[in-house]
Amino acid sequence: MTTTTETAVTISVNGSDVSVAAGDTILDACTAAGVDTPTICYGPTLTPVNACRVCVVELEGSRTLVPSCSRPVEEGMVVQTETERVNHSRKMVLEFLGSGVDLSQAEEITGWMQQYGAQPERYDNPERMNEEVKIQDDLYVRDYDKCVLCYKCVEACGDDAQHTYAISVSGRGFGARIATEFDVSLPDSACVYCGNCVAVCPTNALQFKTEFDLRKMENWRPEDQSVTTTVCSYCGVGCNLELHTQDERIVKVTSPDDHSVTWGNLCIKGRFGWQYVHGDSDG
Amino acid sequence: MADLHFTDAVATDGERVAIDLALGDNRATEAEGERVVRGGASRRRGLRHLLLPALHALQKESGWISPGGLNYVSEVLQVPPAESYGVASFYEMFRVDTEPGHDDDVVHVCIDPACRIDGADELIASLEAEGKHVHRSPCLGQCERPPAVFIQGRKAPDVVPADAEPFVLPQAGDGNLQLLKRLGVVDPTSLESYLEHGGYQALTRALEMGPEAVLEAITDAGLSGRGGAAFPTGIKWTAVREAEGADKHIVANCDESEPGTFKDRMVMEHDPFALVEAMTIAAVTTGASNGWIYIRGEYPQATGRLENAIAQARDAGLLGDDVAGSGQSFELEVRRGAGAYICGEETALFNSLEGFRGEPRNKPPFPTTNGLFDQPTVINNPETLLNIVPIVLEGAEAYRSRGTERSPGTRLFCVSGRVVTPGLYEHAFGATLGDVIAAAGGAEGDVQAVLLGGAAGSFVTADSMDLPLTLEATREAGTTLGSGVVMVFNASDDLVDVCQRIAEFFKNESCGQCVPCRVGAVRQHEMIVAIGSKPMPQDKRDLHEDMVKVMADASICGLGHTAASAIKSALALGLIGADQ
Amino acid sequence: MFGAGGGTSSYTEIEETDLIVLWGSNARNAHPIFFHHLMKGIDNGAKMFAVDPRRTSSAKFADVWMGLNLGSDVALANGLGREIIAAGLANEEFIAHSTQGFDAYKEAVEPYTLEFTSQLTGLPVDVIRELAHDYATAEKAQILWTLGITEHHNAVDNVLALCSLALLTGHIGKWGSGLVPLRGQNNVQGGGDMGALPNKLPGFQNIDDDAARGKFEETYGIDLNPKPGLHLTLMFEAMERGEIKAAYVLGENPADSEADIQHARKLLEGLDLLVVQDIFLTRTAEMADVVFPASVAWAESDGTVTSSERRVQRSRAAVPPPGEARHDIDILFALAERMGHDWGQPDPQQLWDELRTLSPMHQGMSWDRLEETGGLQWPCPSLDHPGSPFLHGWLWADDLEGRAPAPFVPVTHQGPQEELTDEFPLRLTTGRALDSYNTGVQSGGFSSPIRYGDALDMHRIDAERLGLADGDMAVVSSPRGSVEMRIRIDDSLVEGLTFTTFHFPDLVDANVLTNDAWDKKSGTAEFKAASIRVEPLAAARR
Repeated sequence: MTTTTETAVTISVNGSDVSVAAGDTILDACTAAGVDTPTICYGPTLTPVNACRVCVVELEGSRTLVPSCSRPVEEGMVVQTETERVNHSRKMVLEFLGSGVDLSQAEEITGWMQQYGAQPERYDNPERMNEEVKIQDDLYVRDYDKCVLCYKCVEACGDDAQHTYAISVSGRGFGARIATEFDVSLPDSACVYCGNCVAVCPTNALQFKTEFDLRKMENWRPEDQSVTTTVCSYCGVGCNLELHTQDERIVKVTSPDDHSVTWGNLCIKGRFGWQYVHGDSDG
Repeated sequence: MADLHFTDAVATDGERVAIDLALGDNRATEAEGERVVRGGASRRRGLRHLLLPALHALQKESGWISPGGLNYVSEVLQVPPAESYGVASFYEMFRVDTEPGHDDDVVHVCIDPACRIDGADELIASLEAEGKHVHRSPCLGQCERPPAVFIQGRKAPDVVPADAEPFVLPQAGDGNLQLLKRLGVVDPTSLESYLEHGGYQALTRALEMGPEAVLEAITDAGLSGRGGAAFPTGIKWTAVREAEGADKHIVANCDESEPGTFKDRMVMEHDPFALVEAMTIAAVTTGASNGWIYIRGEYPQATGRLENAIAQARDAGLLGDDVAGSGQSFELEVRRGAGAYICGEETALFNSLEGFRGEPRNKPPFPTTNGLFDQPTVINNPETLLNIVPIVLEGAEAYRSRGTERSPGTRLFCVSGRVVTPGLYEHAFGATLGDVIAAAGGAEGDVQAVLLGGAAGSFVTADSMDLPLTLEATREAGTTLGSGVVMVFNASDDLVDVCQRIAEFFKNESCGQCVPCRVGAVRQHEMIVAIGSKPMPQDKRDLHEDMVKVMADASICGLGHTAASAIKSALALGLIGADQ
Repeated sequence: MFGAGGGTSSYTEIEETDLIVLWGSNARNAHPIFFHHLMKGIDNGAKMFAVDPRRTSSAKFADVWMGLNLGSDVALANGLGREIIAAGLANEEFIAHSTQGFDAYKEAVEPYTLEFTSQLTGLPVDVIRELAHDYATAEKAQILWTLGITEHHNAVDNVLALCSLALLTGHIGKWGSGLVPLRGQNNVQGGGDMGALPNKLPGFQNIDDDAARGKFEETYGIDLNPKPGLHLTLMFEAMERGEIKAAYVLGENPADSEADIQHARKLLEGLDLLVVQDIFLTRTAEMADVVFPASVAWAESDGTVTSSERRVQRSRAAVPPPGEARHDIDILFALAERMGHDWGQPDPQQLWDELRTLSPMHQGMSWDRLEETGGLQWPCPSLDHPGSPFLHGWLWADDLEGRAPAPFVPVTHQGPQEELTDEFPLRLTTGRALDSYNTGVQSGGFSSPIRYGDALDMHRIDAERLGLADGDMAVVSSPRGSVEMRIRIDDSLVEGLTFTTFHFPDLVDANVLTNDAWDKKSGTAEFKAASIRVEPLAAARR
């Protein structure tokens, strides 16, 4: 087995020393120090794009705030996470997002908005994403009105996992959107319906049709759901599945982020090939 | 590379020919007979930087990025079509829509401040009346001759009509000129003429001195970057020389797009060999063997002259495997941008050149260790590079005899707007704002305000005429020299309109990657438009202040950091939003 | 391979290897999440060769795709072996210390010069040499395969030829190197682990090993038949001879999945008794005398499964089985009771602990450890053993841990059993689509936007010669029968080669065409190489 010798690096977070492995990030150090940090574009299995900027912290010697999710620790760094500057930037980032994006199904984010006192209603007639829901097949729903452009779906579809590259960020500025080439429909694109983009979406802009339909019937009840980890029934790779069940029916399938076989990813069969359990059929 | 999927759209024969011509023999996959295909990730990665040239070829051929053409480019380079589309749709000069007339010649007319106070609207109206396909463009870098026009031809060369006019440097014959002395004097198309005017003496001298001595001279001279950030050049070059890595790069950042800025264009058009020579000195000093000139797409004349200069230098053995007999190799290539202000940010420029969306990277790591292609890279703007020549030739001490202690040397100023003779001027650091305006024949009418440093700079008023234009004095005064923009507005100019346009500029030019800039620039624009010429209530001032802070604190790059500074200064000075 | 039957390496290892040889496997479609690990290896700088008659999705990731003639795998492997030896690149120290039978191997591969190998495989000499040299000189290298190697009449020969390459170069028994067969079904490895092989007891203990068998006999208080049983293909032959008159089929659909399907169905129909235990009323179940409705193992019952990297993982019930369906072990326990044996209450954990007392490689895998670790890789002989990321580390031990050196087993090129003839001039091979699975009984349950159904894929030039266009219907015939199929033009095929999936037996009975010639060593039929004729539908009807 290859194990790299891990040297410890000590940095100060809010006045307390914390030691983490070389190569870890300030976010890792904050977590180790018991400091909660809001993150949106960060994902444990994805390369940090540090685009959302909600995880910024104050680093001594740095003119601007730094994104904790991507900045590697260096010995002796002095980090503050609860200063007026940090709180202000976090509040404003959340406020900006809330002013233009439908965050109604992004519970974690709306929680932080409360915590940081974001007031998206401060803006008069703000331009919004203004996107129609895209339903182009029986498996996915894309509701870009809820998209915060965190890039996670693009990364999961691309180099960080699936290497299918069906989607990319297109356009520029506020007009930037997640899109296929020329916005062709998903079935016409390179998409292979692995659902790995849906799995990493922080706002439910991407969701499984099963969830969307239940929500539409006002019958999506996370509090009544349970999650059981098992192993996929298709090929012999042994992917762990998390079966989300409600009323003794599977309503969604995910995979654990921290399992060495899948790292949270699945293929179309593992993700969607469960309908037969309930006797449903393609017809 | 991967199991890419393509839609059914097919390229026309013309598109294939045009793209093939741009790509030469480069193919990401290659069949050897029926039974063997070579491809692979490293091969594909090695060709990705050809995406932008291929898209340029397609745009030129078809007048837009057609789905079939995009498929062909993507297949040949093995770039996923969605990514190619993401790249193409990032740039102003590539069209991906199908509006009527979308594939015609495009007449770009500048609507940024210097042009909008000097006839841009009228010109657009008359062109549109003629049925021309007009694109309202951000600054085209011709602020000395408004309103600026750039014609993007379909199946025809791109043209700037004003390039046909004779070139006259306002300070022609001034014996104090250091950087501009050859402009208008030397034949910019001839290496021979350049040599006759002292060309390549600095390279010869640099090779005699050796890299350590050159680095010492640059450091002692106190040269700092002229793009806006004013980073010490000696530190940058030394870091690259000392960085590990077999492949190193010299990049000239010629994506001059800061509204009000045209200095690099003039230098490149009228003294192109000087840039080539300065980059060659950078190469032999830092041990880099790859050079790239990334020039904005709206500069056809400068592009042509640089390409010509490179070809002549190569023929003369001043570029290539053995630069001037030094045993060092240095190859230089010109790459055109495609219309994106953000690509003037150094890491965005790297991404653009590498064939990705021109989105800035987070720093650190810095370009000196992880620059172009993740390799050690010197990136400087042309004005900075030009300063190397006098430093090498006359030494640090003589160089420091001009300017101030903390801002040694001379500085180029792009003077535009309400002055008698707009144009490019060179002054020693320390000349006052009043001096600079006076050298341009003085203001026309009463000065209402001066935009200093560009759209990313700030406004000052007539009270600041005694402000010495040095790094230290402008910083102390809460403003900036930026890219050397001095844009003068008189009492007749509508600064509400100008500020709205500046806000719109940042809204349009934000790459969209980070939230503070993507959303902040839009909210700022909405706010400034809503206020119009009305007074700005205190809660809105507070809100703007909140926006300024988050953009400056938490944006990824300099665009976001400075996107609110001009508006902030206009509000503070009462140029907009004042109580009546 | 050299003992226990399982892939030698962990998925993670391919992320750190230097050379990947993907041979007869379209893992991109068939093992998508394993392919994630492979792509990480590529991104980390590994060079990849894809050896496959088709330029598959997987092959498109390769630095070099080598489109060898269908069924010429042994020839290529022998040619690589000969070149490695001839170029002086064999790992002589490893061969001397850890292997036996090298001289015979060397002699056997001697005829396979680059030129001769090129003739047999259709591959250029230079590329064969390149692969040989790259494989031999790589610091770490893996050979991976799937059914492209094993669904041939000479499947075991194919595998042995690849094993010899690893022995020749020492690319075995260490991190990052190895031989990796990717398992096609979620618990085919677990089935083998549990002794569902004609000659094995659980834990890959030989049935004819008296000591091993003795443990089981003692535990269960009965005598076990020491003679190996029959594998599936031999069972069908025994049915034909009338020696097998009854069959109890659990979770298998042979009436759709066997090669030369019409013949197989006739044999099943001729049985005196057919019992089927399944979650679906499959075509086989429709023919049965008795059907036991079972539960869905992975979602409706508790247990363990073993993956391609020998990782034993817990599967858990998330929903109750529908209607009268019962857990597999409940059915077996109830059946035992009717036969007069009270086995008590079925309890998966108890059964697992019983196995651990009998199978040394599973000894250390307590139920609790499986829960905590997210799975352990066998062999895991004791509770303090971390499990084994890779196998055959003993090959590098000074004393080989007391084992016999690993044997080279020379094999010779045979080619597909069915020759091309004027009557049947095209090659047919089969495979799996990304969104579908085997005979489609499970994957047919959801509406896939990327499903196109079974079609006969063929090269543009072949199609043109036959007057066929993309989407046309054609009659496809092999010596065993004819079916109607839609034609799809596929640029990943070479001239003369056709391809189909077998996911939609209700629509297209593709296994009517396939050859049931089987490998005498493994019992696998030659799904991968049949000879066919294709005619436009209209012409055939005339």
